[in-house]
Amino acid sequence: MATTTAMATAAPKYWSGGKSPYNVEYGKLMMWLFLMSDAFTFGALLIAYGTTRFSANGWPNPNEVFNKYPGGANAPLVFVSIMTFILIISSVTMVLAVQAGQQMNRKKVAFNLVLTILGGVAFLSCQAWEWTTLKLNEHAWWGHNPFLNSNGTVGHQDFTNFFFTITGFHGFHVFSGVIINIVMLIMTLTGFFDRRGHYLMIEKAGLYWHFVDLVWVFVFTCFYLI
Amino acid sequence: MEQHTAYSDVHHAEVHGGGTKEIIKVTIILSVLTVIELALGLMMFKLKMPDGSLEKDFTKGVIVILMMAKAFYIVGYFMHLKHEVRNLILTVAVPMGLFIWFIIAFLYDGNSFKNLKNEYNPAYKERTTTQKALPVKEEKQEEKKKGVTD
Repeated sequence: MATTTAMATAAPKYWSGGKSPYNVEYGKLMMWLFLMSDAFTFGALLIAYGTTRFSANGWPNPNEVFNKYPGGANAPLVFVSIMTFILIISSVTMVLAVQAGQQMNRKKVAFNLVLTILGGVAFLSCQAWEWTTLKLNEHAWWGHNPFLNSNGTVGHQDFTNFFFTITGFHGFHVFSGVIINIVMLIMTLTGFFDRRGHYLMIEKAGLYWHFVDLVWVFVFTCFYLI
Repeated sequence: MEQHTAYSDVHHAEVHGGGTKEIIKVTIILSVLTVIELALGLMMFKLKMPDGSLEKDFTKGVIVILMMAKAFYIVGYFMHLKHEVRNLILTVAVPMGLFIWFIIAFLYDGNSFKNLKNEYNPAYKERTTTQKALPVKEEKQEEKKKGVTD
């Protein structure tokens, strides 16, 4: 008994009981843990892609494959950089919404959430256009890769499989993020958070939305740049 | 009621750190890093750097480092992890160390698989390195045939 007391006093204050060692609300801690698991899911997909690329003698050059934009072609990286900036900006408006929530400013939260939702919808529209173009114009789809390797040999079959699976999985995350943000917007507008006394829910939705942005940083780099 | 007091303790500790200035700063940093990444990607393409050459691999390495920097700014500032207590930071960051093993082991494995295939299957090596693809229309038919035999 005496040793436990001694240990408790010697231990850092967070672990001596009576308060949360993480100093965050329960739901937020759980969101962090969920995002960690999700990071490993995305990590596994991207590493599978990397392993396949390392095991291949040839691979299509992304600058030649993804060089289209609405109304034209031969512009490598242009369309995807627009998509990237849309997601970064929507992440910024989400931070602003979280900040407004901490100040209990309902109007500002709602305004920034609307901007974030618009950004998410814009990103999804861009991706829908990209997929449609790849499928209809190039006949690229799961199980069919029309693009040649950069060394001129027949294209590696897994190029399109990985591209559609990973960007699709990310797009699905963006889609769920938009749905979550719409729910948050409705709850904000009906005054739910004001009645509850805090806007912590917005912070959790924000964590998820930033994670979606974070994953895009990796997907974008791995598929379009290198 | 008790939950409520517990929450307000947490909340006060969270608010400090951040601010609009920091958000603007991080936004600018992220945009600049993205522009540099895009410029490097475009440079690799415009200069027609051959695959596997030292300058291409080096550029790719730089892009990956910039990517990690972007990830740091998003997680640290947008997701606010930098302003959380040490316990939470370590709980989230330490398991990510698994990725060090994960990436090295699997990429090494992929590379080894490539070397084995090239060494023991000369037909595969020729098909994937020197044999040019046939023009588009014929290629499609051949692919269908190949699909049946494979």
